[in-house]
Amino acid sequence: MAYSDKVLDHYENPRNVGVMDKDAPNVGPGMVGAPACGDVMRLQIQVSEDGVIEDAKFKTYGCGSAIASSSLVTEMVKGKTLDEVAEIRNAHIAEELALPPVKIHCSVLAEDAIAAAIADIRAKRDAQASEKSAASA
Amino acid sequence: MSSLNIPIYLDYSATTPVDERVAKAMAECLTLQGNFGNPASRSHPFGWKAEEAVENARRNVATLIGAVPKEIVWTSGATESDNLAIKGAALFNQKKGKHIITMKTEHKAVLDTCRQLERDGFEVTYMDPLENGLLDLDAFKKEIREDTTVVSIMHVNNEIGVIQDIAAIGAITREKGIIFHVDAAQSPGKVAINVDEMNVDLMSLCAHKVYGPKGIGALYVRRKPRIRIEAQIHGGGHERGMRSGTLPTHQIVGMGESFRIAHEEMEAENERMRSLRNRLWDGVKDMEEIYLNGDLEQRIPGNLNISFNFVEGESLIMSLKDIAVSSGSACTSASLEPSYVLRAIGRNDELAHSSIRFTMGRFSTEEEVDFTIVKVREAVEKLRALSPLWDMHKEGIDLDSVEWAHH
Ligand SMILES: Cc1ncc(COP(=O)(O)O)c(C=O)c1O
Repeated sequence: MAYSDKVLDHYENPRNVGVMDKDAPNVGPGMVGAPACGDVMRLQIQVSEDGVIEDAKFKTYGCGSAIASSSLVTEMVKGKTLDEVAEIRNAHIAEELALPPVKIHCSVLAEDAIAAAIADIRAKRDAQASEKSAASA
Repeated sequence: MSSLNIPIYLDYSATTPVDERVAKAMAECLTLQGNFGNPASRSHPFGWKAEEAVENARRNVATLIGAVPKEIVWTSGATESDNLAIKGAALFNQKKGKHIITMKTEHKAVLDTCRQLERDGFEVTYMDPLENGLLDLDAFKKEIREDTTVVSIMHVNNEIGVIQDIAAIGAITREKGIIFHVDAAQSPGKVAINVDEMNVDLMSLCAHKVYGPKGIGALYVRRKPRIRIEAQIHGGGHERGMRSGTLPTHQIVGMGESFRIAHEEMEAENERMRSLRNRLWDGVKDMEEIYLNGDLEQRIPGNLNISFNFVEGESLIMSLKDIAVSSGSACTSASLEPSYVLRAIGRNDELAHSSIRFTMGRFSTEEEVDFTIVKVREAVEKLRALSPLWDMHKEGIDLDSVEWAHH
């Protein structure tokens, strides 16, 4: 199967590969997929006080399209707010990378990874907020 | 021979290039100046000459497997031979019984044929292999029933290259009076075959894994004791009624020539393959977390099937773009099914997804193998640096203990 130039580019030169401290209060790690299914994506976002994504890192086990999808996502989310990022749909990713139909699931996984990272950071924030209010009470 | 031809072909189990000697023989059977006649034409020398070429080829194929030429039926390839053998024998003997035994690691041409027979009211037992890929003979004996009529076990496995003990299985089926079919598509020129010593009744063969052309194969059908099968393609009654259709002289001549060469050169070629295979394995085996799939001893020399843990096979193939290999991971469907052969020998899904099959052949060189070693090491290192699973492994996390969100 032939890969699109965009997929090849992200695959050969993946952007924002790396790991953040998953326990840091401003980092939301999203891990989705399963090894048995052939793909696992870990997307981590670092979020400022006012909800803007300052940095994003990924690591992915999966086919070239899965790697490219997660690499692209790190680029897409940087500088955006959590609310803006929550609007990203797999179709945007699939279109941008010109994924063939059999690879659409890779973009779905990337969308799931964004959702998981957002959910994680929001849960952390809520926990911190309730701790604070508990402390001030 | 220091200049490498990129991409390097290491997928000889998928198919082989046609040997120049074979191509030359084939080219002589096409045009007006050549041997183009219909081998079934009895009324003129064009037919006689074509028939002579066909019979010469039949002899070469028979010789390689220790059969007599009359036991060879031409087909379009191993898929057709598998269909003809299994359906043909099962249907012919259905009054005696409707039970078939085969293995989970067979080629789809056998498995899907068996599935079809199940839809037609037959019962099929699919045996699990041992961890090394071989059939457990004791377990096999226990599955044999009064109504078992056909046993189909492949000789050399196309993915992991392991060689079944066909003679041992044949001794059992012969004693029980069960018809024994062997898919030997991957064997010629790699393992010695003798249908008498092995007690094989039906054997599927094809040319395109032996430096012959695609689209031609044969089915060996034993004459003593005589094995009867129901034809699956009806027509002019060619091949003693077992397979109708005008014989493609050029294809048959190509198969015959390829089998003649394979028979003559097997020993020398195997020695060379073994040394190339060992060179490749020695070049990678010290890598962390890699697993050889299938028995190393009971295996054809040109095959290495390796799982590179924590790296997904398709992405590895993408990284190895200068090398033509195949993967046990098929991430092309929604189901993302990894190799059923690797699953059957007990590899978990991760390792099955992480496998690469390297198969070497007649035109492979030491330079190609050395280049491959360097590229494989680079690619695995690169992909592990990208892999969250590798990180987790390095942190000492047992991946089986993680609750994954299966999708
Ligand atoms: C073991 C085995 N059986 C059957 C086949 C099918 O052969 P053919 O392509 O000649 O139909 C193959 C090759 O693809 C094979 O490896």
